[in-house]
Amino acid sequence: MYILGIETSCDETAAAVVKDGAVVLSNVVSSQIELHRKWGGIVPEIASRAHMENIMPVLHEALSASGKRLSDMGAIAVTVGPGLIGALLVGVSAAKALAYSAHIPLVGVNHIEGHMGAALLEAPDISMPFVMLVVSGGHTHLYYVRGFRDYEKLGQTRDDAAGEAYDKVAKLMGLPYPGGPVIDRIAGEYVSAPVNGVPKFPRAYLEAGSLDFSFSGLKTAVLNYVRGRDMSDETVGLVCREFQDAAVEVLVKKSVQAMRNKDAGILVAAGGVASNSALRSALLDASRENDFRLVIPRPGFCTDNAAMVAASGYRLFKLGAASGLDLNPQANLPMEKMKAGG
Amino acid sequence: MKVLGLDTSTTMGAVGIVEDDTLIAEMRTNISLTHSERLMEHIDTLLKSARLTLDDIGGFAVSIGPGSFTGLRIGLAAVKAMAYASGKPVAAVNSLDALADNLPYCRHQIAPVLDARKKMVYCAIYKAVDTSRRTVLPPTVITPDKLADIIEEPTVFVGEGAYVYRDLLGERLCCQAFFAPKAYGYPSGAAVAFRGLKEITAGNTSDPMTLVPFYIRKSDAEEK
Repeated sequence: MYILGIETSCDETAAAVVKDGAVVLSNVVSSQIELHRKWGGIVPEIASRAHMENIMPVLHEALSASGKRLSDMGAIAVTVGPGLIGALLVGVSAAKALAYSAHIPLVGVNHIEGHMGAALLEAPDISMPFVMLVVSGGHTHLYYVRGFRDYEKLGQTRDDAAGEAYDKVAKLMGLPYPGGPVIDRIAGEYVSAPVNGVPKFPRAYLEAGSLDFSFSGLKTAVLNYVRGRDMSDETVGLVCREFQDAAVEVLVKKSVQAMRNKDAGILVAAGGVASNSALRSALLDASRENDFRLVIPRPGFCTDNAAMVAASGYRLFKLGAASGLDLNPQANLPMEKMKAGG
Repeated sequence: MKVLGLDTSTTMGAVGIVEDDTLIAEMRTNISLTHSERLMEHIDTLLKSARLTLDDIGGFAVSIGPGSFTGLRIGLAAVKAMAYASGKPVAAVNSLDALADNLPYCRHQIAPVLDARKKMVYCAIYKAVDTSRRTVLPPTVITPDKLADIIEEPTVFVGEGAYVYRDLLGERLCCQAFFAPKAYGYPSGAAVAFRGLKEITAGNTSDPMTLVPFYIRKSDAEEK
């Protein structure tokens, strides 16, 4: 069965055709990074307008590149939230009209379920339950996934998302948006450089046993260090490294704690920040030390795309999920609140 | 040819089906549900009520604005996708043009006015000349005060924006300002469909790949 996936929750307009939830026939992503760079972050109205311009060309390209026609699709899977409401509305409105026109079933997919789909594309053999770390510009969550639409939230950020912290720290050092890839690259160049006076930044573990996260203290510590200081390239590099070390250490330790709490054998890491090289290698080390299986999608599947939405949409459709013509996206849509039937 | 027209530029969700000079079916709701929740259900209900399917529709017409950015995007995304899926033509209609159609054969000039927030209005001024209409003021976004400055003759205001600024316009223009009943203040799906039918017949169709709303205004970020 072919699934057409559509994703417009943030700043990527994406469409993809995936066969049987596993074989990616096409995966088109139109990024708006350049549009938002001059604002230092995503401007919702600009994002919505760009989605409007891109949605049909992206859909058309995804269908053409797959070699399939719209009428060949067994279902259309679309991201319904969480995300920017104006952005989500473009994808959902187009998805509903396509489904109605071509008499194809429609499945609304939670954006985090989408990220989980990326792991299923990467390792189709993995079985639930597993622990999932979701890290992106908008999310930092730990979930225990028993099955589709059976999610237990173990922890989440109490302030900034991990990716958001990267963006903010990059911004206050004058580095371009988005901050994640830039800091990752620069930190990599200074990975074994001497500390040269740059302090270790604080790790927020919160109260004992908590699986919640907090990154605002880390961001403030960086801000206090950087403020008024003459920032040489070396200092920027060392701050990037120390910031990244602090962020990654907490993400990994809490993930390992969640694995222990749930006596789980598989850790899935997903979301845009899961493409971060330091996080990937630290998680890999942790999986070896603690003897669990780690599944991280390849970087291109970590960042927002529609193949991941189609992959989850396929499984949800097989489980009977179906959405009606009144399907309405929501900016705040916790994954654990998704209803079993769609 | 049957044309399906829709307007989501205001809080009113409007869909209509016309053929030649005949109105076949029309539906409008002004309720608290979003356009996203209403639009496709309305289209489905309308088609079923008229004992039609989407296959019977020969073309689409859509209000491209000005109006609510989000509302316009919901309507346009739907029409673009339906036109793409069916290969049928789509015509773009100005929402203020469609709104002015609510007052045919008006002796005075007509000013359709929508609330653009931030103390401004989307508006235009049209004057009936024989069987057609002359544009006195093309669609624009201005303050209601500026709109009053422009007006020098009796004018019928129509649209929700006219009611938001009724006191101001009435005071400024005194006996030259007339206000169409509030219920006339929303575009109808049929008006959009009739306009679209005319455009499609004349070959003035839009490419569903590239069609975007007529926002008039830039985003807030870009305005600053």
